[in-house]
Amino acid sequence: MDEIFGIPAPLLFGQLLLGLINGAFYALLSLGLAVIFGMLNVINFAHGAQFMMGAFAAWMLLEYAGLNYWWALLLAPLLVGAFGVILERTMIARLYKLDHLYGLLLTFGLGLIIEGVFRNQYGSSGLPYRIPPQLSGAWDLGFMFMPVYRGWVVAVAAVMCLATWLVIEKTKIGSYLRASTENAALVQAFGINVPRLMTLTYGAGVALAAFAGVLAAPIYSVNPQMGSNLIIIVFAVVVIGGMGSILGSVITGFGLGIIEGLTKVFYPEASSTVIFVVMAIVLLARPAGLFGRA
Amino acid sequence: MSEPMLKVKGLEAWYGESHVLHGVDIEIAEGEVVTLLGRNGAGKTSTLRAIMGLIGRRTGSIRFEGTELIDLRPDLIARTGIGYCPEERGIFASLDVTENLMLPPTLRPGGLSIAEIHTLFPNLKERARSPGTKLSGGEQQMLAIGRILRTGAKLLLLDEPSEGLAPVIVQQIGRTIRELKTRGFTVLLVEQNFRFAQTVADRHYVMEHGRVMDMVPNAELGASLDRLNEYLSV
Ligand SMILES: Nc1ncnc2c1ncn2[C@@H]1O[C@H](COP(=O)(O)OP(=O)(O)O)[C@@H](O)[C@H]1O
Ligand SMILES: [Mg+2]
Repeated sequence: MDEIFGIPAPLLFGQLLLGLINGAFYALLSLGLAVIFGMLNVINFAHGAQFMMGAFAAWMLLEYAGLNYWWALLLAPLLVGAFGVILERTMIARLYKLDHLYGLLLTFGLGLIIEGVFRNQYGSSGLPYRIPPQLSGAWDLGFMFMPVYRGWVVAVAAVMCLATWLVIEKTKIGSYLRASTENAALVQAFGINVPRLMTLTYGAGVALAAFAGVLAAPIYSVNPQMGSNLIIIVFAVVVIGGMGSILGSVITGFGLGIIEGLTKVFYPEASSTVIFVVMAIVLLARPAGLFGRA
Repeated sequence: MSEPMLKVKGLEAWYGESHVLHGVDIEIAEGEVVTLLGRNGAGKTSTLRAIMGLIGRRTGSIRFEGTELIDLRPDLIARTGIGYCPEERGIFASLDVTENLMLPPTLRPGGLSIAEIHTLFPNLKERARSPGTKLSGGEQQMLAIGRILRTGAKLLLLDEPSEGLAPVIVQQIGRTIRELKTRGFTVLLVEQNFRFAQTVADRHYVMEHGRVMDMVPNAELGASLDRLNEYLSV
């Protein structure tokens, strides 16, 4: 088994793995976007900046407080999520009664400001963040070497997606979320504090982005643009999966990561555009997205 | 008569710029079943929405068991002990029947148990795992009523529960409302079907153009038929 379709097996599996890793980030980020959009009706364009803040939070916790990767995985989402809660309370909450476009413009502007502040402070060359010693090294799978950290990222991302899905589909608070997505006014008229639920949802979506940022820190270098590079693709993923569909964004995220990886093997020239081609085709055939309700 | 349970006075309400309620006055004593009759567009639904705080702007006074509701948020209004069943029923498609039934949080002790709700509406038990909107219209109405009986709310606002349902289902809803009265619930019932209203209510308020025009005790309904027909005929 040296070659598959004339392609050396290690190359094929290597790209497949890279695709899976990228897919893990697409899934985590589009999941947060979908949850926020479903509940708040806001397209959170600051999501990429919040992902970047998660990576920076990990770097800062290590640099200034001596707290390692494992602490960062716990604390960075909490810190950045709290920042999200403040943004929601002070600014975003004022826009719910207006058109989508206002929320989009506000969060887009916030994203640019956050990025600018970090670029000003830390430059744009990128800061190194080491793989934690427990997760360094590689497994020999026979047909390829699999870096332990990459396997970890895929596994943790999958677990987080599953956990988020379980919370939304199987818990009481999840039923409040689903019901509010359909008819928030009625849910509030049953005695549920919907404004607070919206704040928490935004905070949780932002925390999820920051969590992805911590996972990304040892793979990509920690730099102010790391979010904006990724987020464009993530928006395409969300559009393909169907705005607001939880399961759709997870499946689409992983799936498109893999498609992108395979394109790198079979037709490298198209690898950076394949997702947008898929988006165009899906939008023509199913304007509400693959999993969206029209 | 002692202080009424619900006392609405001079209630005005707006949807954006459009002024739809022009001074509504309603009083309901504890344990009463009172209807709000009137043609389409008279302002019945808007009155219930204004009581729940689900309307753009409102002024006047809404006192419920001594608490003024006019400046409260909808969730805080509900928490004073009011259950709301909207005209469009508001069954959630992404929740199954049990989740729909369990959605409203308990507001006070003393609500019906799930077993009691299943006794009132056996269909809800059989279809516990179906998505809420896969139910028939009648079953959705039972679900919409059933889910606010659990919460301990003592005042129920029901918006046209008989609308668009088959006669046997309307009879079942009527039996349910009478049963609720014997259990001590207070009901404000919006209706257009006054034959049905007659079988369940103690008194009737008649609305037109965003105002209460008349109040008729159920016992005098026969004698006031001509007057009522004038308000209700299309
Ligand atoms: N969402 C809304 N926006 C603007 N006007 C409304 C809205 N809902 C109802 N109205 C208007 O308010 C008036 C009262 O309507 P409604 O309370 O629904 O009457 P009813 O329930 O008695 O049929 C009508 O003139 C109706 O057109
Ligand atoms: Mg109505």
